[in-house]
Amino acid sequence: MKNIFFSRAGIIIVGAIIGVFAALLQYFGNPPNMGICVACFERDIAGALGLHRADVVQYLRPEIMGFVLGAFLMAAFAGEFRPRGGSSPLIRFFLGLFAMIGALVFLGCPWRALLRLAGGDGNAILGLLGLTMGIFVGILFLKKGFNLGRSHSQAKGSGWIMPALMLVLFSLLTFQVSFAPGGPIFFSVKGPGSMHAPLLISTLAGLLIGALAQRSRFCTMGAIRDVMLTRDFHLLGGVLALLVFAFATNFILGQFKPGFDGQPIAHTNHLWNFLGMSLAGLAFALAGGCPGRQLFLSGEGDADAGIFVLGMITGAAVSHNFAIASSGKGVAAFGPIAVIFGIVFCLIVGFTMIEKEA
Amino acid sequence: MEHMTAIDARGLSCPIPVARTKQAMEKNPSDEITVLVDSNVAKENVTRLATSKKYSVDVQAVSNDEYKLVLKPSK
Repeated sequence: MKNIFFSRAGIIIVGAIIGVFAALLQYFGNPPNMGICVACFERDIAGALGLHRADVVQYLRPEIMGFVLGAFLMAAFAGEFRPRGGSSPLIRFFLGLFAMIGALVFLGCPWRALLRLAGGDGNAILGLLGLTMGIFVGILFLKKGFNLGRSHSQAKGSGWIMPALMLVLFSLLTFQVSFAPGGPIFFSVKGPGSMHAPLLISTLAGLLIGALAQRSRFCTMGAIRDVMLTRDFHLLGGVLALLVFAFATNFILGQFKPGFDGQPIAHTNHLWNFLGMSLAGLAFALAGGCPGRQLFLSGEGDADAGIFVLGMITGAAVSHNFAIASSGKGVAAFGPIAVIFGIVFCLIVGFTMIEKEA
Repeated sequence: MEHMTAIDARGLSCPIPVARTKQAMEKNPSDEITVLVDSNVAKENVTRLATSKKYSVDVQAVSNDEYKLVLKPSK
């Protein structure tokens, strides 16, 4: 089957669709500058399951389930569903965990960094610079021969696990299951976790984006990486389209509010905005994909990407349980030390996984 | 003199197939390069790199999910 998204126009259209839908999701009720945030939404899922008890960020976000299931359906349709795994799963788990820690110190994944900028939040610039810095360091390792080892084909069932997990989460959401009085499942009654677009809209947007991103290989980290590594601007076209179209939609809907202070679900600590996203960028670069891409890959049967996603969800629980995640008030007590830990971890992984040329 | 460089990128996830191909191109610019890949993503990415570096690309299906890409530099 010919891939129409192989073209430059294809990836730009996908980026534009994501940008418009993200801004629309905010209009329909998702938190401000958070139409889609893979890190935040996985964090909300961790909270809904009771893995952390920060009561303002608990919701089973159907966008995440849509991403995986949309990618799964599209991959199956396109003959690209290919269960595989075995490329350093435990390392990937911890890369995911630390990527989440870095993202929650900044308060957003690369997707939200773009959406924050599109909404006028100047602090996002520090995050995006940090992201670029992290990816740059990752590329130095890649050029030296870093890799996490080969993956191998696995049995069909291996590839079904992540889509099945998402189906389970989706039914817990649709039927609002309660396992004990007061939860779990926890649903925030105040704060960002209580803000969400109607279920149907979120789910359809998630499925659509999952399907399109699977075909087009949309990846925010990859966009920056490819420019620096091979001067390839293909994926960057998609990311810039996301930014421009989210900005335009925000502008039309009156959601564009430029400034640094008082931005929604954001803080103004430039240093840790930068370093938090540096950690995330490095972890994404070593693992080979941004958090969105990891979800899409897990949908097409990549068990290693699935492990990374589970690492991120665990990282969210760690972040909120151990006073690491930032809030609108600023950086939390243990955020900086956790970021330093994460950077050290990534550097050790980088240095120890360099394969000498044969 | 025409040489050949062979890269086995099966099971390696993006961007490693691309990075290795690029390194081979830089090391031996006149070489013909064959790259073994086992995913559509790697096939697309290596093809895009090769096209941008003015190599001709011949894609041969080895088996169901495996492809051999033969890259020839333009003279």
